[in-house]
Amino acid sequence: MGAVSIKDRFIYGLFYLSGLIIVGILVSIIGYVIARGVLVLNLEFILESPRHAGSAGGIFPTIISTLYLTLLALVIAVPIGVGAAVYLEEYALSSSKFAWLVNLTAETLAGIPSIIFGLFGFVFLVIFLGMGWSILSGGITLAIMILPTITRTAQEAILTLPPEYRENSLALGASKWQTIRKVILPFALPGIVTGVILSIGRAVGETAALILTAGSSLGMPQSLFDPARTMSVHLYMLAMEGISLERAFGTAFVVVVLILIINYLANLSLRRLSR
Amino acid sequence: MEKVYKMQSRNLQVFYQNFQALQGINMDIEENKVTALIGPSGCGKSTFLRSLNRLNELIEGTTTKGQVYLDRQAVYTNEVNVVELRKSVGMVFQKPSVFPMSIYENVAYGPRIHGITKKNRLDDIVEKSLKSANLWKEVSNRLNSPAARLSGGQQQRLVIARVLAVDPEVILMDEPASALDPISTARLEELIAELKSNYSIVIVTHNMQQAARISDYTGFFLNGDLVEFNNTADIFVNPRDKRTEDYITGRFG
Repeated sequence: MGAVSIKDRFIYGLFYLSGLIIVGILVSIIGYVIARGVLVLNLEFILESPRHAGSAGGIFPTIISTLYLTLLALVIAVPIGVGAAVYLEEYALSSSKFAWLVNLTAETLAGIPSIIFGLFGFVFLVIFLGMGWSILSGGITLAIMILPTITRTAQEAILTLPPEYRENSLALGASKWQTIRKVILPFALPGIVTGVILSIGRAVGETAALILTAGSSLGMPQSLFDPARTMSVHLYMLAMEGISLERAFGTAFVVVVLILIINYLANLSLRRLSR
Repeated sequence: MEKVYKMQSRNLQVFYQNFQALQGINMDIEENKVTALIGPSGCGKSTFLRSLNRLNELIEGTTTKGQVYLDRQAVYTNEVNVVELRKSVGMVFQKPSVFPMSIYENVAYGPRIHGITKKNRLDDIVEKSLKSANLWKEVSNRLNSPAARLSGGQQQRLVIARVLAVDPEVILMDEPASALDPISTARLEELIAELKSNYSIVIVTHNMQQAARISDYTGFFLNGDLVEFNNTADIFVNPRDKRTEDYITGRFG
């Protein structure tokens, strides 16, 4: 003993502290949300429609609206994002000007604040195209927002593919498309799912852009063209307009649980797939 | 007996952008023999190997001049179906790279992409290929477990089984033993000796003893040139070119 100097221990302590702060922040925020949220939480809160602007009743329509909007965003963004990633990594020549432009655009899109997308969605989709405040306008806006994340993560997943896989497949006489479908995409799937999880987190948490494009109607949406209020928007309204802070925390609780469930399911399916 | 040439190259030149990697190679590859390609790193032996199944085309900026023949049919023409060519001319790479799927699916990969879907037909091909690759006994009871769990030597034999499953006539091997331990290497060399009764084999190797042990013909490459090509015995006992002699006696490389 005695080989570890005091300085080493001190530095070790600093790094340990960084880890501890991360855990501490997460535990205290989630703990606080759960502790306050659980007070209003019951079956009625989850399964019933809100009454009196949300000061009574439940949040059921906002849960359904959140799921619809997120699902629509994914249905639009995943094929386009993964498609762009496959184009960039498998088809485009390194000298391609267009590929350079696609990369630059994806990067720029990623850096634009969501409210700008919301403003664009409001002016272009809601007003100019006449889609109104609707699941469709909100879903498209969310899709544009998460597109860079989906593209980037899919790209990175494809990049980690050992180049030998590609050569081996082609040397067996497989076409490029067969190689992409049977070797590259299955290999990249865990990375793509990671991107989807990150995107779901972003979509579920979005508020400002959705108020501008999906509206804040408390009714249960019946079609793509109906307006909708997501849980996060509902939470914002409840807190901001002083309707009920307790119910805002109840909603936050459901949001957190929903995200944890989605993460868990995604991890589970990943383990199944990569077994 | 008349020699039958399975593959031939005539004035084969390969360029990577402006760099000329092959300086006009003429070589005759005899049927059912093992032809070894030796030479220092960067001498063009792998480039030559990869031009036999047109795999160099996958590298951006590669141009090929001259011609390669398979059974006297030109390989570098627009009429040739690259998929068919690569079915006939299989390839085993340096790093044993099994696909992240089961042992069975790895071997069935090639037949499947070439349109075979019947289960019992695939079963037959998988069994026959694994037997030919001397791997059947070790894996027959766990065909559905992930191929990645096999040892390095087993993985390389699995890769060979995967190549055999598409029923090639020529097998190209690019330093197939360089990542293997001595025992696995010995098994691989035995396998190559068995395979040559049914296939024509071209093997790139860094290991001169290996070339001497397993091959019938040896070609010595240097700076993109084929310096000497002859019976393996003659190359190692009686090299004609001073550079060949220097290389095989270990004076450079």
